[in-house]
Amino acid sequence: MYSQGLTDAKGQTEPADLLAAFQAKIDREEKIEPRDWMPMAYRKTLIRQMSQHAHSEIVGQLPEGNWITRAPSLKRKMILLAKVQDEAGHGLYIYSATETLGVSRDQLTEELLTGKAKYSSIFNYPTPSWADMGAIGWLVDGAAIMNQVPLCRTSYGPYARSMVRICKEESFHQRQGYEIMTVLARGTAAQKEMAQRALNRTWWPALMMFGPSDKDSKHSEQSMKWKIKRFSNDELRQKFIDATVPQAEHLGLTIPDPELNWNEETGHYDHGEINWNEFIEVIHGNGPCNKERIQARIDAHDEGEWVRAAAEVYQQRHSNTSKSEAA
Amino acid sequence: MSELKLYEIFIRAKSGLNHRHVGSLHASDAQMALLNARDVYTRRKEGVSIWVVEAEKITASNPEQEHEWFDPAEDKVYRHPTFYPLDKEVENM
Amino acid sequence: MMSDLNQTVLYQYLLRLGDSSLTMGQRLAEWCGHGPYLEEDVALTNVSLDFIGHAQLFYQLAVALDDEHKTPDDLAFLRDAHEYRNPLITELPKGDFAYTTLKQYFIDVFNLNLFQGLKHSQLEPLAQVAKKALMEVKYHLKRSEAWVVRLALSTDEAKARIQKSLDDLWFYTPELFEVDDGMRTLVDAEVIPDYATIKSSWQERVEELLQKCELEPPESGWVATGGMEGEHSEHLGYLLAEMQFLPRAYPGCEW
Repeated sequence: MYSQGLTDAKGQTEPADLLAAFQAKIDREEKIEPRDWMPMAYRKTLIRQMSQHAHSEIVGQLPEGNWITRAPSLKRKMILLAKVQDEAGHGLYIYSATETLGVSRDQLTEELLTGKAKYSSIFNYPTPSWADMGAIGWLVDGAAIMNQVPLCRTSYGPYARSMVRICKEESFHQRQGYEIMTVLARGTAAQKEMAQRALNRTWWPALMMFGPSDKDSKHSEQSMKWKIKRFSNDELRQKFIDATVPQAEHLGLTIPDPELNWNEETGHYDHGEINWNEFIEVIHGNGPCNKERIQARIDAHDEGEWVRAAAEVYQQRHSNTSKSEAA
Repeated sequence: MSELKLYEIFIRAKSGLNHRHVGSLHASDAQMALLNARDVYTRRKEGVSIWVVEAEKITASNPEQEHEWFDPAEDKVYRHPTFYPLDKEVENM
Repeated sequence: MMSDLNQTVLYQYLLRLGDSSLTMGQRLAEWCGHGPYLEEDVALTNVSLDFIGHAQLFYQLAVALDDEHKTPDDLAFLRDAHEYRNPLITELPKGDFAYTTLKQYFIDVFNLNLFQGLKHSQLEPLAQVAKKALMEVKYHLKRSEAWVVRLALSTDEAKARIQKSLDDLWFYTPELFEVDDGMRTLVDAEVIPDYATIKSSWQERVEELLQKCELEPPESGWVATGGMEGEHSEHLGYLLAEMQFLPRAYPGCEW
């Protein structure tokens, strides 16, 4: 449905010359900026993708936030806190970029809280042990980076710029996760078991993060043409697997896929079939933690309502007296 | 309740450089915007100075008029030093 | 002069500084992912990070005094409630945003004055830590003060919430200024500043703001005390149970 790009909101046809000029600009690798003319479908696709991305960062605070108060050392506590804080920041950067397309933060928040908007299904899985902090950093942030690095060159300027910033900041996220896994894998038997269990829990959901298989991905083709996307879901997933398997072997941990096998001919790892039913179920609200995650966001929003109201009322009453200290 | 105002954030990375646009955030007023900008946009020592500007106070040129506004500057080659050939002996001018 | 100092007294005092910072940081960390809006979420965690960082620095000074080869983590994770030296106010639950904000404000004004004094400590390493911490404290105070004003002078609901927080917190503040015999020797040796001066500066600034905000401190209540002797509220045990669970459940492990 997004592949037409020919009619605008009022059902009017978008002028062919504008469409052609738009595509030519993209083909020349020039960025599209907020006030430039763009096809309605391009705008819609961006809003959908960017808001899902931002929501994922926000909900993504929760599974790890869960362990901040229980982190096992002061160093780990500070690292985890800084990382989860980054995720809030990244959600904010992307919301910011999305707002340049004419949607408000309130609208975006409302869509998340009412369940209308999607976010990455990975965050609907529980983090019952400390090792999940390792597995999330290593695998989930690892997968996210694979997705995000190409987005630094995406065709929409504000999105690309926010991704540059995000990728720079996230460079420590995967490393700190792998470091947690390394310490656990080289620790006591109990710690190693903790690490293996976390890998077992996280592996398949991490692979699902790249989205449906190319043959089933309804948005992919047009997004590639518009250079919103730069690589297909399956390409990125394969790249992730190829990079990650040796890292697991290095730690002496076992990836929970009996069909995983190095293929001399293709130069890639073959892997077992992903359980797409599970993926669809979780996306549609039936994962282990969907309800808890959204409820946590609803609670934060509701409990913050009076604070936001107070700040705004204060501003209205004192708008003439509080000159900023900027400059 | 309407949402908190949108502020555009500009940061000077170090002295000697211009303030550069880095993004935006929502805040009730300029002072809060400044405080929040410090936490949101300079967690890694990205700046030495911050400006916050209410987004709606910015007046922008119209991108549809890009050509009529900016192309005329293109052919004024006499504004550039390379337009003026000099003898070899004085070419370092 | 410095060599005459009673090391146990100094050690206990450094624990008081470290424990206050850590419990503050731990409570603030509970906001992560649950702030009133995104911008504030990032800000609250920034402050939390500063406090945990301060705790680590104070603990480092403490462990350097004994020869038991303890680490800052040992101090944070392997002491029980009765060995913690923080005043009770820092261990109180995070409460709502008004409660967090006002508690933060009280501590920020206190820390500002305390660290300004400690900056001149005859104990050079402590002076260094205080100097570093002071920069962060000044920012914390800007934030918490701005918020107290906004909550007090805006909506009825915000006003009621901050007044309620004041009622609940006010009598936890005198404990901040408690001084025992050991501390008096530190004051005499100019290792730490005079707490009476800190108290009067604190009162002056806080009372001025409360007046500006039309907030009334309660007339009577239970005056908190005990932290310095390890007599705490019920809350600290839960805070530690959560915080210390892993190192306690898996003794001797690296993380």
